Amino acid sequence: MIILVSLLVLLMLCAAIAALVFRDLLAAVIASCVVSLLASILFYFLHAPDVAMAEASIGAALVTAIFVIALGRTRRYEE
Amino acid sequence: MSETVVLVFSGVIGLAILLCLLRLLRGPTAADRAVAADTACTVTTALLVFMGFVFGRRVYLDVSLVYAVLTFIGAVAIARFLERGI
Amino acid sequence: MVLLVVGAVVTGAGILFLFLGSLGVFRMPDVYNRLQAGTKCTTLGAFLTIIGVGIMEPAWFWKALAIALFILLTNPISNHALGRASRKCGVSLCDRSAVDKTKSFREYEKEEA
Repeated sequence: MIILVSLLVLLMLCAAIAALVFRDLLAAVIASCVVSLLASILFYFLHAPDVAMAEASIGAALVTAIFVIALGRTRRYEE
Repeated sequence: MSETVVLVFSGVIGLAILLCLLRLLRGPTAADRAVAADTACTVTTALLVFMGFVFGRRVYLDVSLVYAVLTFIGAVAIARFLERGI
Repeated sequence: MVLLVVGAVVTGAGILFLFLGSLGVFRMPDVYNRLQAGTKCTTLGAFLTIIGVGIMEPAWFWKALAIALFILLTNPISNHALGRASRKCGVSLCDRSAVDKTKSFREYEKEEA
């Protein structure tokens, strides 16, 4: 169990660093969506299904949609 | 189900998610990354249903249902932005 | 016992399809090939996995069938939207592809001009 949790946290760290590094902001939004996906799996394995449901609904859909709408109002590539 | 079968099945699904994440890190354009994220979300829905069976609680299926609904909204939002920018 | 074995076989087949779809997403050379691998294999794999869980635990069957039907309906729609959007925003095909039928669509021609 501890191996599984540490592996998930390591993958979350990789996706979060990718979200910091990408210059294309749409790719950064997608990487942050994947971070919340892995966090949802982590909460699920720790026997907290209601927290996992809230994390999935906020992280996978709402934050992605709001960030994409904000990207549509501003510019996409970071100098 | 025996312990070995559960371990093999969840290991194969974990390997599938890992391959999708590698494509997300490598993909040359943003469309590649969107495809990889969408595939990873579908694989995750199947993983959540299967682990709900392993844990033996019926409530755990609801998480998977919410996840399947909300993944669709995220993918359609990204596609609409790629097509003409909201 | 029979239901458990049948459900385990169906779930195993679905998980194999999920793994092959992810391998296709990793290995294919192009956005459109990746979309094709990731859509077909993943839709069938998720459907079989969820139905197999419903067979193994018969009290869960209707809820599992609802999730499986929802994935079967919405996953091709979202992937079709992604493919159409990536063609419209100008992602090029790989250099080994033989024919590009979308060149004859009027809106793509107008966009390329």
